[in-house]
Amino acid sequence: MNEQEHPLYLDGNALAGPLGEIFTTDPTTAWRLCPSCRLPATMAQLHVYGPEPGLTARCPGCAAIALRVVTQPGYLWLQLGSGAGAFRFARPHITS
Amino acid sequence: MPGWRRARLTERTDQTATGRTLTFEVARWPGHLPGQHVDVRLTAADGYQAVRSYSLAAPADTDRIELGVQAVPGGEVSPYLADDLPVDAEVEVKGPLGGWFVWTPEEPGPLLLIAGGSGIVPLMAMLRARLASASDAPCTLLYSVRGPDEVWYATELDSAAQHTHIRRLYTRLAPADSERPAGRVTKLDLPPAEGSRCYVCGPTGFVEHVSALLLGAGHAPDQIRTERFG
Repeated sequence: MNEQEHPLYLDGNALAGPLGEIFTTDPTTAWRLCPSCRLPATMAQLHVYGPEPGLTARCPGCAAIALRVVTQPGYLWLQLGSGAGAFRFARPHITS
Repeated sequence: MPGWRRARLTERTDQTATGRTLTFEVARWPGHLPGQHVDVRLTAADGYQAVRSYSLAAPADTDRIELGVQAVPGGEVSPYLADDLPVDAEVEVKGPLGGWFVWTPEEPGPLLLIAGGSGIVPLMAMLRARLASASDAPCTLLYSVRGPDEVWYATELDSAAQHTHIRRLYTRLAPADSERPAGRVTKLDLPPAEGSRCYVCGPTGFVEHVSALLLGAGHAPDQIRTERFG
């Protein structure tokens, strides 16, 4: 992984960090069947569009939205699919 | 999921004109698997924070982690990490991250690694783990770079080539002794499928192109794992 100025899109590997704040297991190995085109994919295989702090993960087959995640200083917003509303998680203040 | 840990820069190595490997010391680092990455967080004096992902370049080694950073012109984070962060200064890291783009020596069968540019970084962790293991399954690294000046780990790859199959594929400028003309990867560059587990890492366009070639060459979709650098 590396910084790019204007990437076309990345993939779900990049969601491991942001979603790691609210999942106790690695979310990128989670498996999903696209309800629009029936293509199975792990989260790591989804195509992820930025720019940060708002990321949209889409089905690699038909581009239907699988999830959106937005990271703010105090909150993390998570929407699964599209039109299903978003959950707002309070971000813990983690210090090492 | 543990949070952010302090990481102290201990060493910086120039790999290319704009590519660096950075070694950090992270107290109580829990270890990681080849292919995983970390998120790096920088905090400015005014509290502004920026987070970027960087791949781990070496297998787990106590409290030391090695990251690969390609400085992107105009980038907000990478030029600073590549050239300005002083040795002994601290950043924060979160990880290890990602459980899908991972290879361990317990994985049976042939291994095929295909890197585009700085996409070599996580594949180097896999190659190093493979060389340090007792595995005798075939291992091939295809390393696509624009020209000889863009090769990371050049010396280490030369010695690794005595134990594994390593080919450099030059896309724009090929040295005189290159066994193929300069050009992007084609199906002729791929070894026979033979049930290999394939890992592809590089720019998004490169990953799409190589994935299509692998599928066309008869590789099973569930044996291809990819990571896009943008």
